[in-house]
Amino acid sequence: MSLLNQTDADVVMTPQNIRTKKLPVAVNLLVAVVALGIGFALTYGASIGTWVLAVVIALILYLVGIAVVAGRIEGRRAARNRMWQALIYAACVLAIIPLASVVWTLISKGASRLDANFFNTSMNNISARDPNGGAYHAIIGTLEQVGIAALLAIPLGVLGAIYLVEYGKGKFANTVRFFVDVMTGIPSIVAGLFVLSFWVLIVSPWFNDGEPRFSGFAASLALTVLMLPTIVRSTEEMLRLVPGPLREGAYALGVPQWKTITKVVLPTALPGIVTGVMLAIARAAGETAPVLLVAGGAAAINFDPFNGNQQSLSLFVYQQAGDASRYAPARAWTAALTLVAIVLILTIAAKMLARRNKLTR
Amino acid sequence: MAKRIEASNVTSYYGSFKAIDGISMTVEPKSITALIGPSGCGKSTFLRSINRMHEVLPNARIEGRLTIDDQNIYDPDVDVTAVRRMIGMVFQRPNPFPTMSIYDNAVAGLRLNGVKKKSVLDDAAESALKSANLWEEVKDRLNRPGAGLSGGQQQRLCIARTIAVEPQVVLMDEPCSALDPISTLAIEDLMFKLKDRFTIIIVTHNMQQAARVSDKTGFFSIDKTGEPGRLIEYDDTQKIFSNPVEKKTEDYITGRFG
Repeated sequence: MSLLNQTDADVVMTPQNIRTKKLPVAVNLLVAVVALGIGFALTYGASIGTWVLAVVIALILYLVGIAVVAGRIEGRRAARNRMWQALIYAACVLAIIPLASVVWTLISKGASRLDANFFNTSMNNISARDPNGGAYHAIIGTLEQVGIAALLAIPLGVLGAIYLVEYGKGKFANTVRFFVDVMTGIPSIVAGLFVLSFWVLIVSPWFNDGEPRFSGFAASLALTVLMLPTIVRSTEEMLRLVPGPLREGAYALGVPQWKTITKVVLPTALPGIVTGVMLAIARAAGETAPVLLVAGGAAAINFDPFNGNQQSLSLFVYQQAGDASRYAPARAWTAALTLVAIVLILTIAAKMLARRNKLTR
Repeated sequence: MAKRIEASNVTSYYGSFKAIDGISMTVEPKSITALIGPSGCGKSTFLRSINRMHEVLPNARIEGRLTIDDQNIYDPDVDVTAVRRMIGMVFQRPNPFPTMSIYDNAVAGLRLNGVKKKSVLDDAAESALKSANLWEEVKDRLNRPGAGLSGGQQQRLCIARTIAVEPQVVLMDEPCSALDPISTLAIEDLMFKLKDRFTIIIVTHNMQQAARVSDKTGFFSIDKTGEPGRLIEYDDTQKIFSNPVEKKTEDYITGRFG
């Protein structure tokens, strides 16, 4: 009320009080250059560190400098805005550096063995002095193990999430939700040990004349145990985001609940569900410990996931990285690059599929 | 096709909270009935009881009898989806299915209930969209997403979706509250048109709208917050707005409530 009656110059809109001076870009750049200069001069002048320290010092100096300079020219509020902006940009760059570094390292070190031989030979009969040898068997293993794990975990996980969101009420649902949360925290080695003691040592002898036997399928089971909670949780969150009125809209048309779920709720949540599933698959593809424990690893090609040792890419990386051969590290790098590429391609393909379904037909 | 609805002593609960208490009213076939009253007085709860939508919410339950052509829809052996197929509902906010095109939205009720024949669906989509006064605006872009329409068009799409399944009763829960006056008028015109085929019950906060469109009006009120809503007066719209029996009704429609 007082605000409306006031005739104070502060409140009336005039060209003076809605316009302020803007900090020129040149001044902004100047502050940055000066900060960098001082940073490098200090670090190398006193020889207390390398360029990393210089950049860190320069960043701090820039933040202080921009706050002071902008404060002089534009006022306090604008100065604070600029400082936070600079801080957020800096944090963003900092977060991207390790990612870019990983990608660069993988490509630069993995490129040397990125040849046809790598993709169509195994490590069978490759001696320490042989520069050849490849990851064909490991690629087969990863695709089969992760594929079977996905076939098991995706339906179970999505159906479990549907139960929790659409049907689950009361104590039982809460108990399930609690154990799913607990399972999320299971270390992969524990999942591997569980499958080792249950599947490999108890169940597999039934099919193998009493002898326990490693298999790619056992690795799939361990990966399923790891993927399941991630898929359940992410799908559950996505299903909860589907607005209630959408369900009611379908019910009001006399559509039964299961059809409402399959035709209205799931399609609406699909892109988010796909993202969650791909995160789970990516995590599973990178697991080493359970594969080592229950599939055992192998040097030769084994197409049959139900019988005998199988290799996987992550296990291949682990073994080659620790191998004494001078040719092994190059294979490890290329295998790591291959693994990242496979996950990337799968993710992009899945996202494109999900998007195509959502667009107009 | 349209049906007579009889509520006798309907009482609804959310958990232990009694939302409406002892509502009894009779709605004639092929009429428009408006439910008015302050917020929180149970109009929507009562409306949602008529197509058994109330029980979708957790811990919600209902007592009393609600009959449609003498069939109690709360009998234990009644199939809920069959009831809802017979009693369509339009919601306060337009809720077209976001993954479906305009065409798919219009025939969603039929298709999700198992109708597959293309010619049947095409005919149903056209006639429902025509009945909802939307056909001319969308006939060239039936394959575009339904969510891309304007608010008023979306609401008419939802009405088209509702009448495409040929219900006998159409419930409308403040269908115009999110719409501009022109879209509101379009929907009111539509209601007059649909009255020939359907029994319509509409909840509205807009008293002019109630006076304009309805044949009968029910006034709901609560004594104070936390008390259950009651039906105060139910009569011809003409009577309610010109010469109501109850003092409360008069206070409310003349703006002297509370």
